[in-house]
Amino acid sequence: MDKSKKYWNPYFGGVMLGLLLLATIYVTGRGLGASGAAKSTVVTVVDAVAPIHAENSAYYSKFLSDDKHPMNEWLVFEVIGILAGAFLSGALSGRLKFVVEHSPKITTKSRLIMAALGGLAFGLGSQFARGCTSGAALSGMATLSLAGFIAMMSIFGTAYAFAYLFRKFWI
Amino acid sequence: MGPLIPSNILDPSWNNVIALIVGIAFGFILESSGFSSSRKLAGVFYGYDFVVLKVFFTAAITAAVGLYYFEYVGWINMSLVYINPTYVASTIVGGMIMGLGFIMGGYCPGTSYCAAAIGKIDAIVFSTAMLVGILIFSEFYPLLESFYNSGFLGNVTVYEVLGLPVGWFMIILIVVALGAFYVTSLIQDKIKEVDY
Repeated sequence: MDKSKKYWNPYFGGVMLGLLLLATIYVTGRGLGASGAAKSTVVTVVDAVAPIHAENSAYYSKFLSDDKHPMNEWLVFEVIGILAGAFLSGALSGRLKFVVEHSPKITTKSRLIMAALGGLAFGLGSQFARGCTSGAALSGMATLSLAGFIAMMSIFGTAYAFAYLFRKFWI
Repeated sequence: MGPLIPSNILDPSWNNVIALIVGIAFGFILESSGFSSSRKLAGVFYGYDFVVLKVFFTAAITAAVGLYYFEYVGWINMSLVYINPTYVASTIVGGMIMGLGFIMGGYCPGTSYCAAAIGKIDAIVFSTAMLVGILIFSEFYPLLESFYNSGFLGNVTVYEVLGLPVGWFMIILIVVALGAFYVTSLIQDKIKEVDY
């Protein structure tokens, strides 16, 4: 079975994503994002578990205010949409399945450990860069911001630099 | 004239509704383009599948050219559009940590949500671990704060910094993208197919 037939043509997907990004900026004045919702989740949990610690922290307190719940954020609603949209697309294409996707050369356990390390690094890095591949790199490049280009080159440059080291996990 | 909400043409109370609609479209497009598969995404780093480069570059250029056109014909006031601020050192280091995360985990945050939504357990692990990474940064913030705020250049665009007219920069960007699409198609033909 040719799997590539089941997915959209990448240039078509790219144009659709570009038009969505353009429409989003035209309406809201800002681009897309992803890691911001995870940050809101962390702020909310820390504020619920240790409210005094959160208020005294120079970082959490930036995202806390008395008149707004920390989950009442644009990106939180957007990410709820992402989950629904991806689920819908997967359902229509018959791709809904609980599975650990990994190279046949590695075990499920190795894949899950690498996924955890990758997620940890992405969470950490997205805070330093004030956004991830969506918010900093893609949306930044759309507005031609310097930060967007730096983030894009730094993310992809580093991934290429380390690709050889991690090749057995993928090929 | 856009942007509609910052210009008060559309009431800000629409923000969250729009966020939800935009998110649904975003998730649908990413999943339909194959971004819910870590092995497909990782192909860009090993030369067996360049879908990431094609979608990402095409999207960035479509949006950038569209914005430039909207501004030219007077449909959008670019001074009301958010240009993310440039903090050179922190962005480079953050990007490097994310690049390492990408090659280890095979996802970025947005794609991990898409993959989690269709049942990829590795993506659920990835997106949960992200929360831990953010927690670590937040807890160590007092130590990181001065670095985080260093090298601030303002909310600048790359063509301003390079001193190029925006139109010329756009043409260079398109030429680079077309070159990248062509070269990667040659590479992909030479690389052994990976079954995933």
